[in-house]
Amino acid sequence: MSPLQLCLLFSSLLFCVGLAGALSRSNTILVLLGIELMLNAANLNFIAFWRYGPHPEAGTGLLFVLFAIAVAAAEAAVGLALIIAIHRHRKTIRLQEANSLKG
Amino acid sequence: MIALAIIALLTIAAASAAFLLRNLIHSALLLVGAWAGIAAFYLWAGAEFVAFAQVLVYVGAVSMVVLFAVLLTRQGATTAPVEYDSLKRAVLGFITAGGVGGLLFGAILGSPLDVHTANPAPAVSVKELGLLLMGPHAAALLIVGVLLTVALLGAVVIAAVDKPEDAP
Repeated sequence: MSPLQLCLLFSSLLFCVGLAGALSRSNTILVLLGIELMLNAANLNFIAFWRYGPHPEAGTGLLFVLFAIAVAAAEAAVGLALIIAIHRHRKTIRLQEANSLKG
Repeated sequence: MIALAIIALLTIAAASAAFLLRNLIHSALLLVGAWAGIAAFYLWAGAEFVAFAQVLVYVGAVSMVVLFAVLLTRQGATTAPVEYDSLKRAVLGFITAGGVGGLLFGAILGSPLDVHTANPAPAVSVKELGLLLMGPHAAALLIVGVLLTVALLGAVVIAAVDKPEDAP
């Protein structure tokens, strides 16, 4: 097995762990963390293809990962602010009980 | 290869333990470990600057925000563990994730990947990265800056306490 395949298997396993966590838990914070883990697994793929691709000196994989990390940080901040707002209105952060947008 | 396998095993073990535990704080701390493992993978692959960005943003900042959210949304003063959810939901989640994983594994192991294994780790220095960011990708950098500003202002507005209006 080549190292590139090992990297890709690693990232897809991580993606599946994040997906299973996001689908099977109903705590909103854990769902958000699962989504963050899936984003990280996608970043691993960019680095793996940059490392073993034909033109690593161009650095496009690195730049894409940097921008993806910035966007993921913004997403985490907004998501956790939403969780705090939902908790203030409903006193719970279970997903099943947050089923209407009217506060 | 050996180092990569060790990093992958530790990272996946930390991530799966994080989603199996019942204590939210333990989950968050284990996920910090998983993010540190991902940073170690970036270091292994020769992307030092991205590894430091990962440590700064995830291990440093996002973990603190997550811990604050956990503490602010606690039910009362107890450290009661989160109860597990319905078995049906968990089984369906695992079946979906397993199906996606099987598809991905089949695709990865079945594709003829043209790998340049002989060449050494490519070195893109921080200076070159900075020139690339400021030259050809300057527009994207500015847009990310605006996006971060707007997102953080929006987060403050969403999470701020709206005080009751004073009666006139």
